Amino acid sequence: MTDFPQTWAFRSPRARLALWFGWLCLVALFVYCWQVMTANTIWAFIWDAPRQAADIGGRMMPPRLSYLPELLVPLWDTLNMATLGTLLGVILAVPVAFLAARNTSPSLLILRPIALFIIVASRSINSLIWALLLVAILGPGLLAGIIAIGLRSIGFIGKLLYEAIEETDIRQIEAVTATGASPAQVLNYGIVPQIMPAFWGITVFRWDINIRESAILGLVGAGGLGLKLQASLNTLAWPQVTLILLLILLTVVVSEWVSARVRGAII
Amino acid sequence: MNSYPTTWRRPPQIVTDRRWRIALSVAVIAYLVIGLGSVELNWQRIVQGGERGLRFINGFLQPDFTSRWKDISNGLIESLTMTLTSTVVGVAISVPIGIGAARNIAPAWVYYICRSIIAVSRALQEVIVAIFLVAMFGFGPFAGFLTLSFATIGFIAKLLAEDIEDIDEAQAEAIRATGASWLQLVHYGVQPQVMPRLIGLSLYRLDINFRESAVIGIVGAGGIGATLNTAIDRYEYDSAGAILLVIIAIVMVAEYSSSYLRKFLQ
Repeated sequence: MTDFPQTWAFRSPRARLALWFGWLCLVALFVYCWQVMTANTIWAFIWDAPRQAADIGGRMMPPRLSYLPELLVPLWDTLNMATLGTLLGVILAVPVAFLAARNTSPSLLILRPIALFIIVASRSINSLIWALLLVAILGPGLLAGIIAIGLRSIGFIGKLLYEAIEETDIRQIEAVTATGASPAQVLNYGIVPQIMPAFWGITVFRWDINIRESAILGLVGAGGLGLKLQASLNTLAWPQVTLILLLILLTVVVSEWVSARVRGAII
Repeated sequence: MNSYPTTWRRPPQIVTDRRWRIALSVAVIAYLVIGLGSVELNWQRIVQGGERGLRFINGFLQPDFTSRWKDISNGLIESLTMTLTSTVVGVAISVPIGIGAARNIAPAWVYYICRSIIAVSRALQEVIVAIFLVAMFGFGPFAGFLTLSFATIGFIAKLLAEDIEDIDEAQAEAIRATGASWLQLVHYGVQPQVMPRLIGLSLYRLDINFRESAVIGIVGAGGIGATLNTAIDRYEYDSAGAILLVIIAIVMVAEYSSSYLRKFLQ
């Protein structure tokens, strides 16, 4: 006779042990990292934080609405920075995407890894860091912001677009090839129509993200609303800070709505 | 006799109405003219910048890891510990919020509270949150840790809630039919279905948090971003190049290993 277990357990004893060991490792790692991280923390400041928060909160209210007219030009700059930056990003990303896609890349051994490296490098450096570099190189202003947004967008658009290119339907491409089309014509009539909706969707999506990012790029000197935010923070003009934050929030909500509508219409 | 067209024109794909197409292109051109016009170009400054740009590219090609290695490694340790602790705390907080924001297992009032927490966390950018937390908690990685934890909540809780709403109802129903309490339902009916994805999301967020930790340092929240900011402010482009290469390398390793682990888990 086999001895059946009397009570049912969720996991076998071995799995339970492994699970506990995993949790133990995670907790130990967490405690260790916590110790390292807080080694130089001044705890008095942290216990003081609620009072500070109340103090700042009190100073921030009410928002200084009379400051609004001064913000309209920076707002326009921010929108321009996002839009023109997206445009630049798209122009740079499309060739990279075609080089990176396995089915359109002219050389799998040399150009494809280079294109993939461009995509990863652009994705791993945030636009704020790009802006920091470009402001140091080009001087403060919109141009640095536009280029920063463009460079950051290459990775995002390039990655999504090359995945879309790799997912194209091979039969349509074969049909165009069978008519005796040249490689350029295959690209134009076989692949481009298939990725067009994805392309516009990705572009609008990135534009929406870029609006968010361009609003803060000014913190490092790249113009737009962030510049005003930085100026207000430096002069401790908290009511102005509130107004700028509200404006940024409003812009983000509107751009998200626009992008959702456009993507809904395309896809 | 029928006269067939001798040439073929590709039909428009997205905007099918001809008038709309013309209107759109006019609008786009008008915007480009106005928009490009509003960009002020200071050519003198740009030409001057060319030399600096070359120096930066040189710094990138010949990065100097050694002379500032102590600062770089300190920044990296701060960034990495900040990333891990904030992901753990953020995920720990977002699990109950995520469960509360799932329509199928939470009552309506809990659902609305949790959804609004998620909305607030997602609407505020990390950098802006970091500015305030630095003002409240002082400079250093602790403010960064709080920022990243806060941002993690919105991300993980939203995706977890959507995942819980997508579970196979039959399994939850079966558990319910045994007379299980709500906690037992979550433990035996929901948790096994969403656990692989939760682990995947946490790994993905770990990756994002590291990238963000490089950014929020610029506004004073510690980590590698602070080191990078100092290097650029001092025009030490070779050190800055080294830091950027380290960031790119870590992000690449994190991205490949997390995507490998996620594939392994699913």
